[in-house]
Amino acid sequence: MSVHFDHAYLDHAATAPMLPAAITAYAEAMAVVGNPASIHSQGQNAKRMLEEARERVAASVHSDPIEIVFTGSGTESVNLAIKGLYWARAPRTRILVPGGEHHATVDTVEWLAQQEGATVQWIPLDTLGRIDLAALAAAIAEDPEDVALVTLLAANNEVGTLQPVEDVAALAAAHGIPVHVDAISAYGHVPIDFAALHATGVSALSVSAHKIGGPVGIGALVLSRTITVVPLIHGGGQQRQVRSGTQDVAAAVSFAVAATAMTADLDAENRRLRVLRDSVIAGVRAAVPSAVYNGDPDSADSGTAGRLPGNAHFTFPGCEGDSLLFLLDVAGVSVSTGSACQAGIPEPSHVLRAMGRSEAEARSALRITLGRTSTQADVDALLAALPVAWAQAIGAGMADSAPRAYT
Amino acid sequence: MSGGVDSAVAAARAVEAGHEVVGVHLALSRMPGTLRTGSRGCCTVEDSMDAQRAANIIGIPYYVWDFSERFKLDVVDDFIAEYAAGRTPNPCMRCNEKIKFAALLEKALALGFDAVCTGHYASIVTDADGNRELHRASAWAKDQSYVLGVLTKEQLAHSMFPLGDTPSKAEVRAEAAERGFSVANKPDSYDICFIPDGDTRGWLGERVAPETGDILDREGNKLGQHEGAVAFTVGQRKGLSIGTPAADGKPRFVLEVRPVSNTVVVGPKEALAIKEIAGTKYTWAGLPPEHPEIEFACDVQIRAHADPEPAVAQVISVPADPSATPPVEAHTELRILPTEPLTGVAPGQTAVVYVGTRVLGQCTIDRTVSAVPVKSDNVAGPVPADSATINA
Repeated sequence: MSVHFDHAYLDHAATAPMLPAAITAYAEAMAVVGNPASIHSQGQNAKRMLEEARERVAASVHSDPIEIVFTGSGTESVNLAIKGLYWARAPRTRILVPGGEHHATVDTVEWLAQQEGATVQWIPLDTLGRIDLAALAAAIAEDPEDVALVTLLAANNEVGTLQPVEDVAALAAAHGIPVHVDAISAYGHVPIDFAALHATGVSALSVSAHKIGGPVGIGALVLSRTITVVPLIHGGGQQRQVRSGTQDVAAAVSFAVAATAMTADLDAENRRLRVLRDSVIAGVRAAVPSAVYNGDPDSADSGTAGRLPGNAHFTFPGCEGDSLLFLLDVAGVSVSTGSACQAGIPEPSHVLRAMGRSEAEARSALRITLGRTSTQADVDALLAALPVAWAQAIGAGMADSAPRAYT
Repeated sequence: MSGGVDSAVAAARAVEAGHEVVGVHLALSRMPGTLRTGSRGCCTVEDSMDAQRAANIIGIPYYVWDFSERFKLDVVDDFIAEYAAGRTPNPCMRCNEKIKFAALLEKALALGFDAVCTGHYASIVTDADGNRELHRASAWAKDQSYVLGVLTKEQLAHSMFPLGDTPSKAEVRAEAAERGFSVANKPDSYDICFIPDGDTRGWLGERVAPETGDILDREGNKLGQHEGAVAFTVGQRKGLSIGTPAADGKPRFVLEVRPVSNTVVVGPKEALAIKEIAGTKYTWAGLPPEHPEIEFACDVQIRAHADPEPAVAQVISVPADPSATPPVEAHTELRILPTEPLTGVAPGQTAVVYVGTRVLGQCTIDRTVSAVPVKSDNVAGPVPADSATINA
């Protein structure tokens, strides 16, 4: 068995293939010498490239360029927003956050609880993975003066459910509470209009380049010019003193190329993806009738948009997600079970647990995510491999079940 | 692939023998200790990365499979329960029996694999009729057939041990270095992998609530008090804290741990000599003897690094005894009589029975008989002379 390089790649939510134009731009920009903080003309040239990139990234989220703070990753962006807002809002101690958030948020707020005395209040999700707005309103009302911030995903990275971000912002804004939106999984798949979101009460929003065909190693915090955060990193005072460190011009340029390309045909691409995604759903259901489709059941025909267009998420009762992942991988199809910890151990989906599902269900999850390079051939490869993989995975059962005879 | 040198070389050899090989690292804890120094066999992030890097170099796919729940249930919880019951378990054998050659093998077979291949030093020999036998590795010093003694015929049919013929560990390390494995000089693991600092007593103390109880001599006389029977192992000398010295002035050793009455029995070193071993949980590693109920000559080994000792063994039928507490159903047990009495035998240990280099089978020891009768002139306690000590 060898590593397949002709795999059907159906894990775009993990990372998207880099756009060829973004690779070219990255390489060309890396060849240009100059620190954008330098005063000489080479520094000024680097600065020009950087700020043009910032403008293009700003355009992709409808923000002002000054509101784009480049970071080293989406996770850093989330950390900067949550910790930075929390510290800036001292002595307030309450953080309101829905269940089923990404680890970048979960681990950050838990750290603040352990180290900084924060009180984290988890707002329940409904069975589709959507925040319970009444519970959020009630939580705010308990002691609105003491709420440091509200943070939430724009779209769940596992099950793809879109959150009512404007409604959440409005509830918080009524009490002057800043809201951070983790839009990393939504970016490149649904339109993001930071100016409009800011008008409803959103203060900060995180995005990452590698989810849209840009390079890994650069993200951005879209931070309203009216909002102060305490920096995580101190030094040269770059980027509004919020994020010190020599700025990565080449990564920003490459990011900008991907951001521009992504916004150019977002609607058409979304329509294409939803049709493709619906063919995944129909095919999986036909192959495995017991499969459960999780999250918001919107479809290309429904006209509503309650879910990321490229996301199809299933549980396969009686199967370990990682057995299916392995068997599909061997058959040349790359999918995901959700999140894995640093040792590479598949974890039971904490998102499904937050949606009220059992531990066994949370272990039987498979996430199939499509993107710009996805084709019907990729979907066909998945659907061709799935019946055999499923039958074998059912045979392997659940790791925590009683042993069987093996002869 | 544990992340150690043996499993990496075993995987490489299996590939070169023409097999389609996939590297699998077992996740045995949901909360892996991060970056512990040195190798403790499993469970660390560093080990997982080492295994993956070896797989990269060999050119095989690599996955981490989560057996943490089964491992906790079948190995960790069993280890605690065995100690709490006064026995001395071997968690590595339990892991081979329940995880590596059971849960992992079952899953692998279901997913389309044919066998589990590990870096154990042991050999599989196929007899003239095609039956698989488990034998010692050719390098006696590294031989690990003892910890594989729990494998059955069915498990052996799906096992591969490519290191069985290797003359020495040094040779495996040299081969690993030649292959470019970063783990070529990684230290061997000795400790119990789920007890990261190696402090087994401390670890157990946090999990089994100790209760003060009596220390008795073999005649049943109270000699002192202990702070929890679980802290004692048969053969232990230190930490008894008995005020009054023995009449003969000789040191006393733990002879028996009785969890039900929470008592520890001590006595002279000679009383540790065991002339009979028996266990109701026995298995055969391949074809059983033709007439196991007839006494046969063998060697018995009672620890991973003990020498084999000449013995005779047979399967004995034990009739039902409804009047016993608790009542005994009719059953069979494997009874082993060493030619010379053995020391360092404790219930819970595994006795592996060899014929030459072949592993014939094994039993978990649940009954031992001392070679030295109790002096009958001062019987005050419940221990009749020359009694079988049954730890249930």
